[in-house]
Amino acid sequence: MFIRSSAAIAAAVLLSSPVLPQGARAADKLTDPQIAHIAYTAGVIDINAAKQAMKKAKNKDVKAFAEDMVRDHEAVNKQALALVKKLNVTPEDNDTSKALSKQASEKLAELDKLSGAAFDKAYVANEVAYHKTVNGALETQLIPSASNAELKNLLQTGLKIFQGHEQHAEHVAAELK
Amino acid sequence: MPGRLASTALAVVFLTMVVPADAATIEITMENLVISPAEISAKVGDTIQWVNKDVFAHTATARNGDFDVTLPPNKSAASVLKKAGTVEYYCRYHPNMKAMLKVEP
Repeated sequence: MFIRSSAAIAAAVLLSSPVLPQGARAADKLTDPQIAHIAYTAGVIDINAAKQAMKKAKNKDVKAFAEDMVRDHEAVNKQALALVKKLNVTPEDNDTSKALSKQASEKLAELDKLSGAAFDKAYVANEVAYHKTVNGALETQLIPSASNAELKNLLQTGLKIFQGHEQHAEHVAAELK
Repeated sequence: MPGRLASTALAVVFLTMVVPADAATIEITMENLVISPAEISAKVGDTIQWVNKDVFAHTATARNGDFDVTLPPNKSAASVLKKAGTVEYYCRYHPNMKAMLKVEP
């Protein structure tokens, strides 16, 4: 149950955050430096969750999944950093990034109390939920709001990666049952 | 020098043994998390050259277990088709990457 509610919280965070209003007016549109910051933060959050799982997970598929997450998200974020440097853009912290980070550190603390099979299950379930939330945000908010074509491209690649991770996490979750 | 000759001779022997005269090499590319071509026909004995152009690792994993090739970022690998059949394959890391390989006898 707490898993489902954490996904709901994450969704609520993204949707209710002042920089991500539904039916946003033009003035409310996210700027590219903010979008870059949100996307990068979303990657860092998943890397931190994976590093925790690499230490705590017992199931070998869960461990392998966590390693995949670190590898992929580090690769995406490396590209993101190279792009912002090339575009001479400084990622700008914002309420959505802050809310995501806050929620993620709460989740880390919550998962830290679990161990063994209970941890494995909760981590993978949260990965499914988290990727779903981020995919929703990418599709409905971040990609449509991005002005720079290269940033938009990278976000689209990021979306495909995240969608892949969501399905991968679903497979791992199904195997754990 | 004799060593090089010997290894050349060996290579010739192996190549003539392993590769039938009409065997083809077919390139399948993974780029931006898309496998292309998404559907392709080949023959038993043909070589598939898997090319990963992404900065992410991928796999070409047959659902029926016929092959499971791991492709590190920006690397390629080759595999020779040994069995006829229509094989659906995907990337284990990104299961949204899917494609089909028809292997004719």
